[in-house]
Amino acid sequence: MIDAKDNGSIIQLFHVHKYYGSKKALVDISLNVSKNEFIFISGPSGAGKSTLLRLLYLGEPVSEGQILVDGMNLSRISRKKIHLLRRKFGIVFQDYKLISTKTVFDNVALVLEASGKKRKFIEKKVRSVLRTVGIEQKINALPPGLSGGEQQRAAVARAVVGIPKIILADEPTGSLDSDSADIILNLLKNFHAHGGTVIVATHDKELIRKAGGRILHLKQGHLYFPG
Amino acid sequence: MATYYHRAVQDLRDNGFLSSVTIITIALSVLIVSAFALFFTNANDLMNYWEKGIKIMAYLKPGTSQKNLHDIKRNIQEIYGVQDVTFISKEEAFKKLEQQMKRQSSILMNLNENPLPDALEIRMTTSSQRSEKVEEIATKIESMPSIEDIEYGQQWLRRFTNIFDLFRLAGYTMGGIFFIAAVFIMSNTIRLATYMRREEIEIMRLVGASEKFIKGPFYIESIIQGTLGGMGGIAALFITFRLISSTVENSFKYELFDIKFLSPEFYCGIILCSIFAGWSGCYISLKQFLRT
Ligand SMILES: Nc1ncnc2c1ncn2[C@@H]1O[C@H](COP(=O)(O)OP(=O)(O)O)[C@@H](O)[C@H]1O
Ligand SMILES: [Mg+2]
Repeated sequence: MIDAKDNGSIIQLFHVHKYYGSKKALVDISLNVSKNEFIFISGPSGAGKSTLLRLLYLGEPVSEGQILVDGMNLSRISRKKIHLLRRKFGIVFQDYKLISTKTVFDNVALVLEASGKKRKFIEKKVRSVLRTVGIEQKINALPPGLSGGEQQRAAVARAVVGIPKIILADEPTGSLDSDSADIILNLLKNFHAHGGTVIVATHDKELIRKAGGRILHLKQGHLYFPG
Repeated sequence: MATYYHRAVQDLRDNGFLSSVTIITIALSVLIVSAFALFFTNANDLMNYWEKGIKIMAYLKPGTSQKNLHDIKRNIQEIYGVQDVTFISKEEAFKKLEQQMKRQSSILMNLNENPLPDALEIRMTTSSQRSEKVEEIATKIESMPSIEDIEYGQQWLRRFTNIFDLFRLAGYTMGGIFFIAAVFIMSNTIRLATYMRREEIEIMRLVGASEKFIKGPFYIESIIQGTLGGMGGIAALFITFRLISSTVENSFKYELFDIKFLSPEFYCGIILCSIFAGWSGCYISLKQFLRT
């Protein structure tokens, strides 16, 4: 069996495979992510970056192999306990996944409500996070009324608001101009500086160059460790 | 809990049309069931009222001696369920008849002999004022010596009671069917609501909401809908009742009987059933739907 208690790892993958029918999206991936690492997963579109992130929060099950996250073995998490895994993550989805019928405020507040925070605290916290990402004036807008960049910033706000252990960001700057992208990058760096672990999937070479950190390459489902 | 309630009310408002349709459908089911119940409780009271008037007349053979009469009275008195036995002499009976016939009493004048027999009037205790009990007592009295004939008014009641029992059974069945229908409606509404909001529910799960957090508001919503539907149905019945009861009451003016609305226990029970129907409908649909 696998034992993850003794080292500083927060995420471990052991010979993970993911197939969609006969299509191999990920092939034999083993990876160790230490606590407080800042990792970029780079690679062209279709390489399997989003799929890899999905496996981490049990958006989908692995086809083969094992994954441990912060002491939890993903293949043993029951339906009823899955929210405990998800609360370890703040996730910026590639397609944002904002609830279109709820305001920006409610979308971001949802994370805190779900973990049972007090109304007053939620009010204050959500406002301050929205201010940080620069969409405070859109607090009562519905997501369909926002530009792509604004939606992305709302998604980032939702990912950081609950102060998770790990942030997974799938193309978090994909719809942003470079100034806005800098704001997001600084936010992630700040989160990292406070002890958080960050995994960013992106094909944006410019972003990687600016940020620094550990870089992994995905190509046709294979993971390469440079150097 | 407070936030669940808050979210539930929010959802009800956001899905106003669907919620009102659900509430109205539940109200209609409740209206039908409680209208039946109202009819049956009143019919039941009326039957009891009629049965209270039941008495047995036992006609004595001519020439029954005073001593025999005394024995018979005692024997009848001893039958379980008999309240009292009154002797009505043929003379008394004749006078009563004269009074009742008034104008036509001249017909009686022409009789040279009183054709009426001596009789005993037997009244039953309250607990025995039921048709089947009366019939039982009557058969016992009939088999006694010196009793020529027996008569007890409203023999038709017995048959009526049987039919009524059948109706009552039908009423219970209807109540059951409408309860199931309400559960079914509720489960489909919730199913539709969860289907329409599947994206939202999926996102809630992805950001770490527990199943309890997701399902809680649905339960509260369906309980609110069940309560409103139940109260609405009862209120509609009450209004209808007030509108028509005065008319119906007029036809009972000469009897000491008034039509009553359902007892508070009864309609509170119906509202509780409707709340329970809401809850069960929610339980069933969430059990099926939120698996995926
Ligand atoms: N749900 C799915 N069903 C079938 N194929 C999928 C599914 N999700 C991803 N894929 C395939 O897996 C490969 C990797 O996709 P993805 O992880 O989205 O790549 P990236 O995020 O690096 O662009 C692609 O070839 C894609 O078509
Ligand atoms: Mg992708």
